[in-house]
Amino acid sequence: MSALDDVIRLEGRNVLATLTRRLGSLDLAEDAVQDAVVRALETWPTRGVPDRPAAWLTTAASNAALDRLRRESKRGPKEEAAMGRHEPGEPDPADQALEDGEASAVGDDLLRMVFTCCHPAINPEARVALSLRTLCGLTTAEVAAAFLVPEPTMAQRIVRAKRKIAEARIPYRIPPDHDLPDRLPAVLAVVYVVFTEAHHSATSEDGPVRVDLAEEAIRLGRLLIELLPDVPECHGLLALMLATHARRDARADEHGDLVLLADQDRARWDHEAIAEAAAIVDETLRRRDPGPYQVQAAIACLHGLAPTAADTDWPQIAELYGILEAVQPTPVVRVNRAAAVAEAVGPAAGLAVLEAVEGVDRWHLYHSARADLLRRLGRRDDAVEAYRQALECGPNPVDRRFLEARLHDLGSAS
Amino acid sequence: MPTYAALIYDDAAKEWEEPNTEEWAAIMADYREFGELGGAAGVIAGGEALHPTSTATTIHVQGGKGGDLVTTDGPFAETKEVLGGFYLLKCADLDEAIEWARQIPGAWHGRVEVRPCMEFDEE
Repeated sequence: MSALDDVIRLEGRNVLATLTRRLGSLDLAEDAVQDAVVRALETWPTRGVPDRPAAWLTTAASNAALDRLRRESKRGPKEEAAMGRHEPGEPDPADQALEDGEASAVGDDLLRMVFTCCHPAINPEARVALSLRTLCGLTTAEVAAAFLVPEPTMAQRIVRAKRKIAEARIPYRIPPDHDLPDRLPAVLAVVYVVFTEAHHSATSEDGPVRVDLAEEAIRLGRLLIELLPDVPECHGLLALMLATHARRDARADEHGDLVLLADQDRARWDHEAIAEAAAIVDETLRRRDPGPYQVQAAIACLHGLAPTAADTDWPQIAELYGILEAVQPTPVVRVNRAAAVAEAVGPAAGLAVLEAVEGVDRWHLYHSARADLLRRLGRRDDAVEAYRQALECGPNPVDRRFLEARLHDLGSAS
Repeated sequence: MPTYAALIYDDAAKEWEEPNTEEWAAIMADYREFGELGGAAGVIAGGEALHPTSTATTIHVQGGKGGDLVTTDGPFAETKEVLGGFYLLKCADLDEAIEWARQIPGAWHGRVEVRPCMEFDEE
């Protein structure tokens, strides 16, 4: 990704958010911005990036929208009047204001885009796909790769969602305060999925994480806080992303294999980011309105603040997992709590928590966690059996190598 | 102003063959309240309550226009939840339509499907 691509992607996103409001059509705005981006890619490399790239793109996209409207000639004169034609390089005053100082206006448009793309009337998978496209500037092909579906399937999903926005008239609006409790969880979930997507979709070229995409999610998280400063979970989400992202450089070894938290080189963690996350967590937990993101952020910070793995405050982490389990009683949370209890109290106590978890028979990490505790309790045969069960679940190649190595250590072939 | 159809679905077993119970009266009172609220706001542009699906007749013209009429006793699909009635709501956008639809008693007992009505240019 070149610097030019970065500029176009970031500015293109802001221009799209504003143009969608002016045109009243996400679909038309997307096509128009795409046209403008193509023009930018044709002219900027030879003539240089204009002084005001956002204004240039806005003007070019407005003109493209006008051309499209004329070609379709279906739309009323109102949209045309809203668009007034200008030459790129001579931005109209509104566009100049957009770039000059009206960051809050752009912010509002971005938040409108967030709430529209994350509207509960849109299919959850499509919410993420739309957000990745409009807010993170990913292409349909990139979104498709992230979801492991064929590109035409993803294109179809996005088209269907955009058609629903247009035909059912999902408004381009920041919801009133009394609707926020209903609407925010979907927004937070989409931002967090974008963040985790940065880890899941990383290829060997990217390293363990697509830093640009993770930082895009963090920027979105900061934007949410700027616009919704009184929502504790927004702060929790940002802190969670910061504390997790702080470990990015230590997450993989030189072969690209994942390194477990306990084995990571803590000198390679971003301690400044961990400190920022910890300060956010301290501040937001004082509001006494905890939610899943705040609790997970607190756990991530406790890991981040421990000078060595042995210094980790496991009793407090186990307690936090207990709080998390109360609000989010998923098997993943329970298995994590079992692991924390095993560290805080001992492997037998952890095993007791783990074996009470239901519905995880097909999940290799459950069997792997169980095998580890059995091994530590000296129950070699049971551990071997559990590692084999983990392998039967069809883990990915990295996890398979890890499990086979553990079986080998126990003196047993897989 | 766009129009939305609010299609009210409820359990087929609860279709009101004998509309003289207290429960029926209470539900009717709830609907009357919604009708007055929506009427006063100028949102309700129409609506009907439908007789049970046991009174339904489904027809199909086989072979397209001018083809043979096939008449079947019963609703289009035998499902657990059936269309019991509908409103036409004049609302600015989906959020407003949902805000009204949540006040329809059918949404408390069953489900309400909110669908935008197509708008055709009048030439």
